[in-house]
Amino acid sequence: MSLLEAKDLNVWFDLPHGGRLHAVQGVSFDVKEGERLGLVGESGCGKTTALLALMGLLPPNAEVAGSVTVNGDEILAGGEDAMRRRRWTDVAMVFQGAMNALNPVKTVRSQIVEPMQLHEVAEGADAVRRAGELLELVGIPASAGRRYPHEFSGGMRQRAAIAMALACDPRILLADEPTTALDVMVQAQILELLTRLTADLGLTLLLVTHDLPVVAQVCEKAAVMYAGEIVEAGPVDTLFHDPRHPYTRLLFAATPDLFGEQDVVSIPGSPPRLDRSITGCPFRDRCDSAFDRCVVERPVLLRVGAGHSAACHLNDPMSETVA
Amino acid sequence: MSTVALKTPDPAASPLLEVEGLVATYPIRRGIVGALRREPHRSVHAVDGISFTVRRGEMVALVGESGCGKTTTAQTVLRLLDPVAGTIRFDGTDITSLTPRAMRPLRRRMQMIYQDPYESLDPRFRVRQAVEEPMLVHGIGGSKAERRERVIDAMRRAELSPPELYLERYPHELSGGQRQRVSIAASLALEPELLVADEPVSMLDVSVRAGVLSLLDRLRRRGDVGILMITHDLSTAAHFADRIVVMYLGRVVEEGPAREVVRHPQHPYTKALLSVVPRRDPRERSTPQILVGETPDPVDVPAGCRFHPRCPVAEDRCRVIDPELVTTSPDHLAACVLVGSGETQPT
Repeated sequence: MSLLEAKDLNVWFDLPHGGRLHAVQGVSFDVKEGERLGLVGESGCGKTTALLALMGLLPPNAEVAGSVTVNGDEILAGGEDAMRRRRWTDVAMVFQGAMNALNPVKTVRSQIVEPMQLHEVAEGADAVRRAGELLELVGIPASAGRRYPHEFSGGMRQRAAIAMALACDPRILLADEPTTALDVMVQAQILELLTRLTADLGLTLLLVTHDLPVVAQVCEKAAVMYAGEIVEAGPVDTLFHDPRHPYTRLLFAATPDLFGEQDVVSIPGSPPRLDRSITGCPFRDRCDSAFDRCVVERPVLLRVGAGHSAACHLNDPMSETVA
Repeated sequence: MSTVALKTPDPAASPLLEVEGLVATYPIRRGIVGALRREPHRSVHAVDGISFTVRRGEMVALVGESGCGKTTTAQTVLRLLDPVAGTIRFDGTDITSLTPRAMRPLRRRMQMIYQDPYESLDPRFRVRQAVEEPMLVHGIGGSKAERRERVIDAMRRAELSPPELYLERYPHELSGGQRQRVSIAASLALEPELLVADEPVSMLDVSVRAGVLSLLDRLRRRGDVGILMITHDLSTAAHFADRIVVMYLGRVVEEGPAREVVRHPQHPYTKALLSVVPRRDPRERSTPQILVGETPDPVDVPAGCRFHPRCPVAEDRCRVIDPELVTTSPDHLAACVLVGSGETQPT
């Protein structure tokens, strides 16, 4: 059974000057215990919004619809009360830029203890001991917990932010661009840490990033998002070797590789605006294989292989007659 | 289309940019207590004796982790910071100690492209004004009509086409990639010979990065522009640069043709850096050689080889010997006691 499942998740934002922005458009995915799923896409594709919806941390001008279950229990429909019981204890998140959001006037240890007390996971000496263990777990000596964030390097602060997210022993860790802005060697250290945590603690990881190679390195499965929806999902190996959505293929082609021989080519144009309704395929204007059907009909996510789905008319046998 | 007379590039002539033994430092604040105690003035050697050249038509990538001195190098080369020692020659002229006044005519010929096109463009300037502004600053470009011609030409070369579509727009109406092209156009309007690009695409979306990098690539392939690109992204450097210069703690530890450095790295630091670069193909998951810790503080530079505390193959002598760059194969240099002595196989 899936540990975390999102079904037809939708998020709208009311804009200050009227109008609505449909940021997440019917996103569905599921993650099994101990699995690592990558959510990939470019800025504005809705990947961070989807994560915040799972945490119930969207701003007041957002409206959410759909279903999110943790271990079979619906958490979205129950509202803030149901969400609060799950947040941090079942589902925890490392926010984008978390390493720069630590409280500068509190010791690192007290910031890890705080959520434990708040959620009544541990108190007093017990909480302090747990905080030390968590620091050791992420590769920081327990004694360093007495220090302040500014005494830590960027990599250590990011480790501390991960330790904070783990304070209440969650089963699912959501990580939003956890290595962006880190040096390549520190990035490798953090990615290794996240991989080790999932292996050792049976933690389930949902990794959001714009960086395809990071997902290829860390995750077993990935979902590629474009204009608020998932356009392709499957095992990372399949996505690279047998992409069935042109966006996935073009995104890989736009990413330079250390030993890659082919030219890297950018994708022309830019994503559609999400404050207007989209007819047809949202990617068609930038696609190199669009045809007439793409203008009129929005493709839906179809199964194209084992655990592999894509939202492109090219995969639909009906298309052959049209094309 | 240039209205400025340029020297005809002569391949046999001296390189466009020649840096030799460059040293740049930052003072460390002593604070009041330090001053009262008459502690000595100390400084950080952000760049500590580095040499490299950029030829016309060439793209050289300066790679390394934060704190390695790559941005300081770029700023010093452009004389935005004053070097402490070493020489910088631009098109054969020693510019190391030119006065600001003497530098002015040269500034037009060496332009910087910044990392963040969201910060580097004035939000109140239309594209037309942003591209025209540098010409006004340098007092070139002729009449208003001639300047407009040059603006349009520069935009065309920055591949903002058709230029008329963008002229009257404001930065907020443009995508990140388009903004970076506008700042490139503003540089190109001055007909520069050296472009220093500091992480030119790291703020841009993946799908448009390749376009901006290919633009820089085409600009230098036309032959009269040389590009010094600062990047932390080895995949980008491997793809677009002719040469890669790897820096660690203010020193060049390896330098060579891009392909050669990536495929046959000689220095243990370069080898480790390359091993942790995530690959596109999940089947190519390498065994990353993860170094412990982070680049040390340049205030406390380790004795001997600066890399020895983190080096996986360091020997006793590495604590005392500060290795010099030695040639390992034609045009390929590395600074490690283990290279060139037959102990690592030159490939």
